[in-house]
Parts: sequence; C-alpha cells; structure tokens
Amino acid sequence: MRHIISILMENEPGALSRVVGLFSQRNFNIETLNVAPTEDPSLSRLTVTTVGDDRVIEQITKHLNKLIDVVKLVDLTEGNHIERELMLVKVKALGAARDEVKRTVDIFRAQVVDVTPSLYTVQITGDAAKLDAFLQAMAPVGILEVARTGVSGIARGDKVLSL
Amino acid sequence: MELLSGADMIARFLQDEGVEYIYGYPGGAALHIYDALFRQDKVKHILVRHEQAATHAADGYARASGKPGCVLVTSGPGATNAVTGIATAYMDSIPMVVLCGQVMSHLIGDDAFQETDIVGVTRPIVKHSFSIRHPSEIPEVLKKAFYLAATGRPGPVVVDIPKDMTAPTERYEYVYPKKVKMRSYNPVTRGHTGQIKKAVDMMLKAKRPVFYTGGGVVLDKASEGLTDLVKQLGFPITTTLMGIGSYPQSDRQCLGWLGMHGSYESNMAMHHADLIIAIGARFDDRVTNNTSKFCPTAKIVHVDVDPSSISKTVRADVPIVGPASSVINEMISLVQGREVAHPEALTDWWQKIDDWRAEREGKLYEPSSPGEALKPQEVIEALCRVTRGEAYVTTDVGQHQMFAAQYYKFDKPNRLITSGGLGTMGFGFPAAMGIKQNFPDDDVVCVTGEGSFQMMMQELSTCKQYGVGVKIVNLNNASLGMVRQWQDLNYKSRHAHSYMESLPDFHMLIEAYGFTAITVTTLEELEPALERAFADKHELVFLDVKVDPFEHVYPMQVPLGAMRDMLLSKTERT
Repeated sequence: MRHIISILMENEPGALSRVVGLFSQRNFNIETLNVAPTEDPSLSRLTVTTVGDDRVIEQITKHLNKLIDVVKLVDLTEGNHIERELMLVKVKALGAARDEVKRTVDIFRAQVVDVTPSLYTVQITGDAAKLDAFLQAMAPVGILEVARTGVSGIARGDKVLSL
Repeated sequence: MELLSGADMIARFLQDEGVEYIYGYPGGAALHIYDALFRQDKVKHILVRHEQAATHAADGYARASGKPGCVLVTSGPGATNAVTGIATAYMDSIPMVVLCGQVMSHLIGDDAFQETDIVGVTRPIVKHSFSIRHPSEIPEVLKKAFYLAATGRPGPVVVDIPKDMTAPTERYEYVYPKKVKMRSYNPVTRGHTGQIKKAVDMMLKAKRPVFYTGGGVVLDKASEGLTDLVKQLGFPITTTLMGIGSYPQSDRQCLGWLGMHGSYESNMAMHHADLIIAIGARFDDRVTNNTSKFCPTAKIVHVDVDPSSISKTVRADVPIVGPASSVINEMISLVQGREVAHPEALTDWWQKIDDWRAEREGKLYEPSSPGEALKPQEVIEALCRVTRGEAYVTTDVGQHQMFAAQYYKFDKPNRLITSGGLGTMGFGFPAAMGIKQNFPDDDVVCVTGEGSFQMMMQELSTCKQYGVGVKIVNLNNASLGMVRQWQDLNYKSRHAHSYMESLPDFHMLIEAYGFTAITVTTLEELEPALERAFADKHELVFLDVKVDPFEHVYPMQVPLGAMRDMLLSKTERT
C-alpha cells in the first residue's frame, strides 16, 4: 500500500542524503520526495511517498526515526489527511486545439501561467490521481514538458506535526 | 577564558573526555592535530602500520573496556583504509569515534590531493557523522560524537575535520562541554512496564521456554542481572556468538551458543520451544536459518534498545524497547516471590534437553590419533586449559573462529572478542593489541588462521614498538578452511582459490620482528608450547600450529532449513 510519510528534520548539510541513502541501503522504495525548510529555519520538512506492506512501512518509520537528524515524523496515510502535488506542464496549443486545451484547463481548475503563440504552460494542483488524469487528457494534444513537485501533505483537523 | 587552536582543542578535549589511547596514522591533513598531540602526554597515541588496524585496535579496546575506542586518521587513503574497521564496529554496535583529517575547506569538491568524501563513503556504516565547519564548534561536536557513540545502541561516529579548522594561528574559546543535548536524539532508558509484565506472565506460564540473548546484554553490562534472572527461573539459555560469556558457559542451564554452527542442543531447544525470550539479540540470518521455518511453536518476547531491530526479520509477539539492564532488573523484581505455573512441564523440558545433550556427548569431533595431524578443536581445548578459561580471546574469521567459540569455555562477558556481524578477516590481531594495552596483566590471545593473519600481520611492528605481549595461536591448515568446507559441501570439493600456496615461513617471519615463534605439529608438543607461550605475560609469542586441513566445523545448519536441520558430521545429519 502507498504511504505518505512526513518528516521534520534538522536543516543541516547531509541530512537529506542520510534519508535518501537509507531508502537505497535498506532496499525501500521512494515514489516521490519533496523537501523544503519550514517556518523555523533550523528545520526542514520532507515528505516521501513509498509503497510497502505493514511490515516494511514499520521498518521504514523505525529506521527513519533512528537517523540522528530526524526529529519527528508521521505516516499521514494512517489518518485523514490532505495531500497535494503541484505540476507545471507545457502543452502544444495550436489552431483548434488551443481552445480545447483552455477548456480542459478550466475543467480541471488549472491555470495557464505562461503563453506563447504555439503553447500554454499550465499550472495544476491536486492529488496524484488528478494530475495523472490531466496528463491523460492532454496527451492527444501533445505534452512537451512536465515538472511535478511530488506529494506534500498535512493531517486534517487538530493534529499538528511540530516540535 | 582560554583561547586554543582547533588542533589544541581536539587534544584538550580528548584529555577532558578521559580518552586513554588513540590509535592512528599521521598524514598531511591531520598534521596540526598530530602536533597538538605531541605537545601533551595524557592521551597516548599508538602508531599502527595500517589504518584498518587502528580501527580494529580501538574496537578491541572498546569491547574489552566498555569505553568508546578512538581513532585518528588523515584524509583520503587514511580514511578509506579505516572503512572496513568502521563497518566492523557498526555491525557489532561498538562505540567508536573516528577523527578524519580532510583537505582544506576551500578545496573540498575540487578533487584535491588526498581528498575523499569520507562522510559520504561511510554514511551507511556509521551511527552518525559530522563535518566541522568552524573551529569554534569542535568541543561541542566532539562531545556529541562521544555521546552518540556510547549511548542507546552504540556505534561508530565519524568526525571529518578540514585542515584549516585546526590551523595553529586561529584560536577560539575552549570550554569542555559537560553535557550535551540533542532534540532529535533521546535513547530510551527503560522498557514499557505493561509489556514487561505481560512478558513475565508468559515466562511464568511457559512449558518449554528458552532464553536467547546477544551482544546487547554484553554492551549494556547486564550479564549479572541476566544470570540472576535465568537462575531464578531455572530456564535454559542459549546465547548468540556476540553474547557468549554473558551467562557462564560452565553452568548447566547454558546450552552454548546457537545458529549456523551453534550447539545441537541450542538449536534443538530453540526449534521446540514454546516461548523464546530474546534479549539484546537481533534474529540475524546466521541465527535463524530460514525465517519461515523458524521456531514454529514459539511465542517471542523481544527486548532491544533499538526499535528497528524488533520485528525486522522475525515478528515479536511481545516487543519491548528498552536497554537490556533495566528491563532485566524489572523482570527480576516481577519474578521474585512467584512460582512457575508448570514445574512438571519444565522438568520434562529439561529431560528433553538433557537427552539432546547426551546424544552428542563425546561425538563432537574425532580426536587425532598419534602420528596424525592435530585437530584444531584439540588446540582450542588445550588453550582453554592452559589459560584456565580466563583469557581474552580474539579471533579472525573462518573455521578457527567457530572452533574458538565452540571449544573455549567462557564464563565472563567481553572475553570472546570477534567480528560477528561483518565477519572481518584481519580483525583479531589488532583487536588483541588494543585489549592488551588496556589489560596488560591479563592473558590476551588471538586465535587466527594463516589466511586471516596475513591480512594484518604488519602490526607485528606496532607490537614491537609498544612492547605489546599478545599471544598468537595460528591454526595453520594451509588453506582457507571455511571456504574450503563450503566447497567440499557445495562444489564437489573444487577448491577454487581456497588454498594458500607460497605461505611464508612463519617462524622466520616472527623472528624477523624479534619475537618468539614456536612450531607445533604433534599433540605432545602442544601443551608444553602453550605453557611456554603464556609463561611471560609481556612477551609476544606466536604459535604456528599445523592442523588437519580436512577438518570441518560441525554442527552446521542446512541452508534454508529450520533451526533443527543440521549436519552433525561429514556423514550424519538430523
């Protein structure tokens, strides 16, 4: 099963490589990864999506917790949560397709953020399935480039991941 | 306020931290530190002949003394040579701090002379690592390094020190940090009481219980408590290779050690148990054999200070995260005044165990007949008699390691010093060196083979320099015995590169360093030679013992089988 693990870790050089290295060293799987500093500049928040049965996920969280740079972590998929990914896509927008692309962008509540005579750059946020669906819809028109951030997430309600 | 250079801070910190020995080898990037060490005399630096030996010596020192070992090497090849020793310490959870010189900060990343990203190279084999970014951080970083190495589940910590951080011209305030606090590191200090109660209830109700304890008990100095607990309950106990001696092997309740080459009764008891109480052991593949066939009827209580060790390979029914000593003490107080629920079942269980014991009694190996080559097992038994079972025994890796563990009887923890996890050939001799310096009045013997010894034999020179009187028992079968054994069993005796052509004349080799060597070929020569070797505690003596090259180590678990599936000799199996 797919899990989203969010990690608060020391914003130190080398911390990221320890997390990433752990996954390859222990034969765990990384589907997406995103990382940035938090409101407290001494901390980074890293979100990783991974796939594994309960035993594997238990080992992943235990080993992550063992890393000295990891301060706290949560498996967001254990409870209600919000997950989002941001994607920027360059699609061909020529002739009759130009209007069709714009309509699809509107249907997906995406935005065109840059325009040239021959293409649109579209920004879209949502969960991974929505982004996949948008790419599928755009495929016949012609996708030129895709940049996805990977999943970021946060628990619903009062639950807070902080120190 | 005292102003010190980075190099002087390091030297001063080591003094303030109480470091007695630092094992190392100088080189460009470490020279400021070496100069600072030269200008003090509290911390003794031991100059090894290869950086791998520095890590093994510090490791041996740490295992025998319970204090973190300390290593100093230079950048690049100095640091990469230390890698095998760091990995050895990591696999066996040995506290160690390795200080590595590094090229100057402004050169990092430029492929400078003797530059290696040692923090990157060692990342998967350290508990943690640091890079010094400003000389003023040195005291705090070193304090953290020693704290991390020695607490929780211990392990090696690497500190990377660019040369400009130790420049004599730059001075900063030095204060020895007495305490250290890290928001992201809080090792557990005790187990969950509810879980411990649950475990004790299961223990008292068990009909076929067995304790299975490992290096965690030794590392947490919990042997006495463990012995009390096991005696109070009257249960059988088997230990891992790393746990040997944490319960006296001469006691009736001790079944020896378990796993691939463990005793018949240990493996049989594990397989048939209804409750396994694992403490400070990690269910590794050399113990469990095939995990899907592992102990089919047993419930498992697993105590470990490292949560990631629990349910890693074998699911625990009662997981307890906590240090061995405090959990054991809590168990003792819960057991006191209570009786086991099924004393008659326990009597039957012991009867079964005694039957297993009797089955193998006197059949473990066939002693040599007069005129035949010595059996390696005989050599270890004689060694045990001559040293009254009290020596520190280090080993390298292979058949001799297993024979030493099987036939020397250890009643104390920390006496068998062996690379159990990584299985590092070349470990034994430098480790013995590190131990002997810490315990100069004790017998320290390295049981080795001619293959392993040649991996680190340059350290004879170090022993000469510092007058280190270790004894070396070389079980010389002129072949890589364990490799050969596997080739006999799995490759129709095609001995691909498992024999050693062109062995040196060990006698002449040892004498070249000014030491005594004795060659032993017959049983009559054996004990007198051992007596002679151990006569003077401060003299290095090398015994080159020619042993039977055809001997195999048994029992040996059958690959992919259960605990009880064993070869018992070349012709028998369970």
